[in-house]
Amino acid sequence: MSVSPHPIPQPGTEEYQPVFAGPTLEQLSEILKRYPTKQAALLPALWLVQAARGWISDRNMAEVGEVLGLTAAYVKGVVTFYTMYHQHPVGRHFVQVCTTSPCNICGAEAVVKALLDATGAKELGATSPDGKWTVIEVECLGACGFATPVLVNDDFIESVTPDGVPDLVKRYK
Amino acid sequence: MGYPHKPHPKETVVLSKHFGEADARTYKGWVKRGGYEMLAQALTLEPARVIDVVKESGLRGRGGAGFPTGLKWSFMPKEKKKPHYLCVNADESEPGTFKDREIMRWTPHALLEGAAIAAHAIQAEVAYIYIRGEFTEPWAVMERAVAEATAAGVFGAIKLYLHRGAGAYICGEETALMNSIEGKRGNPRIKPPFPAAAGVFGMPTTINNVETLAAVPLILKKGAAWYKGLSLSSPKSTGTKLFSVCGHVQQPGNYEVTMGFPLKDLLYDLCGGIRPGRTLKACIPGGSSVPILNREETESCLLDYEGVVEKGSMLGSGGVIVFDDSTDMVYQIMRLARFYAHESCAQCTQCREGTAWTTKILERILAGQGKTADLDLLLDLADNMTGKTICVLSDSCAAPVVSGIKKFKQEFEDYIAGRRKPVMVA
Repeated sequence: MSVSPHPIPQPGTEEYQPVFAGPTLEQLSEILKRYPTKQAALLPALWLVQAARGWISDRNMAEVGEVLGLTAAYVKGVVTFYTMYHQHPVGRHFVQVCTTSPCNICGAEAVVKALLDATGAKELGATSPDGKWTVIEVECLGACGFATPVLVNDDFIESVTPDGVPDLVKRYK
Repeated sequence: MGYPHKPHPKETVVLSKHFGEADARTYKGWVKRGGYEMLAQALTLEPARVIDVVKESGLRGRGGAGFPTGLKWSFMPKEKKKPHYLCVNADESEPGTFKDREIMRWTPHALLEGAAIAAHAIQAEVAYIYIRGEFTEPWAVMERAVAEATAAGVFGAIKLYLHRGAGAYICGEETALMNSIEGKRGNPRIKPPFPAAAGVFGMPTTINNVETLAAVPLILKKGAAWYKGLSLSSPKSTGTKLFSVCGHVQQPGNYEVTMGFPLKDLLYDLCGGIRPGRTLKACIPGGSSVPILNREETESCLLDYEGVVEKGSMLGSGGVIVFDDSTDMVYQIMRLARFYAHESCAQCTQCREGTAWTTKILERILAGQGKTADLDLLLDLADNMTGKTICVLSDSCAAPVVSGIKKFKQEFEDYIAGRRKPVMVA
C-alpha cells in the first residue's frame, strides 16, 4: 500500500490561533469534570481539535499538552497510536473503506477501486486534486453483515457496492 | 439484514426484542416497555444480593472470554476503601462481530440500565462506556440516551459517561481499554494486578461487554432460573446469545438464539443458506481470533461455550464468518494475518515481529514465491506467538494460520508448487 506525499503546510507568518478558546474551551471544561485526572481528557481533547481544524498539527499537539499539563512529545506519542487522528491535512470528505476478510470476500476491493476512480483520489491515502476526497482502506469497521461498510466523514454507510459508488460520491459536494 | 425485520421462528428474541422500534430508543419509549423498573429495584437491594442473582443465572461474558459475570463482580473489594469503576467495553472491533453495535443503535437504554445495575453491584460511582471511534451512529444514539436518562434521574448517585476511542482494535483488550481511558497509548498491561485490584486510574475496576450488561435487567426481571432454562445443551452455557453472521450467506445479520443452538440451523435456516450455486467450505464461529472450522465440523457444531470447543474452536464473540467453496483460503488467512499485524500494539516482540512476518510469508506464498519449508516456518512462528505475550492478540493471529494450514493444506501447497496462479498482493 503506497501513500503519496501530502502537501506540507508552510509555517505561517500569522500568529497561532488556539483551538481551546470560547465554546471549545467550555466543552473541554465539561469533559474534564468526568475524569479524576486531566490526562484522561486527552482523547476527547484531540477529537475536539480534529473537529475544529480537520487534522492535528504539531502546534495543536503542543497546545493540547499545555492545556492538559502534558509534554508535546507525550501527546504526539498518543496521537500516533490511534489511526483515526489525522497527522496531516486530508480531503474535505474522508472516506474509510473496510477491507478486512468478511468484507473482502464480499467484494470490498472492488468498492475501493470504484471509490478511487469516482472521487479522483486515484491512490489510497492521497487527496484528490480538488482537495475534496481522501480514500483509505481500514481494518474491520464492525458492520461485517452489511458488507461493504464505508465511512464518509461521520456518515456510516452500509452495503456499498461498486455500482452504488457514483451515486454515493454525488451526494457529497 | 436491516431492521425492522421479523424474527425467524427458531430465534429466541430476548435482547433483540425491540430492535427496529425507533421509539424504544427514547427514554419515554423504554419506560413504556418496562425499562428502568429493575434498576429502581436493584438500587434498593444489597449489592451482594444482585451479584448472587447474576451468579445463579449462569451469565457468562459475551465479549469473547466467557468468564462468569457474577463471579467477576464478586472479585471487587467488598469493603470500599477507594473509588470503584465500571468500564463498559463497546469497542466492538473483532472481525465478524457486529452485535453490540445493534444493541446500542436500537436499545441504548437496555445497556444503560444494565450498566447502572452492574455499577451498583460493584459499588462503583462512575461508569465509562468506551465506544469505538468509528461507531458514529451508535455514539449519537447513546449520547442522547445518556442525556435523557440522566436528566430523568434514574441513575441515582451513579454517573455514566461515554468515552470515544480513536481507531485501535487492541483497545478492546480490557487493560488497553483502561489505558486508553486514562489518556495513554492503548498498550495492554501485564496482569496481575487484575482490574478488580488495580484497574482504571489504579482503582478497583470491572469491565463488561455490552451484550453481557444488556442481559442483566432481564435476568433480574424474569429470574435466574428463567435465564438458566434458556439452554438447549450444556448447563454451563445459559441464556440467549446474539450471533452476527457475515460472509457468503444469503441473509447476513444478527440472530438471537438460545445457547446450544445448532450452527447448521443458524446458517441454513435462519440465514437462508449459502449463496445460490455454492456450498459451504469453512466457517469461523467466534470472531476472527478463533480457529477455523471445516464444513463437517461446522455442520455438527452446537453453539455454546463447550460445544464449539469440542469442535476445536471457540464461541468467542459470536461473530460467525462464512466462506463458500469459491473462497481462496490462503488469501483470506493472509488478510486476517494482515489485520493482526496492523493492529498489534508492538510492545511484545513475538507479536510485533510474528504478525508482520506471518503476513509477509503468506504474501510470498500467494505470489508464487513460497517454499515447502514455509509451512513449517509459519507453524513455528505461530508456536512462538501463542501464550508468550502480554495479551492474546498474537495468539489470535496464530489461530487462523494454524487451523488453516491444518485443514486447507492442499491450497497452500498448490501455491508453493506452482499449481495455482500467483496472486499479486496489493
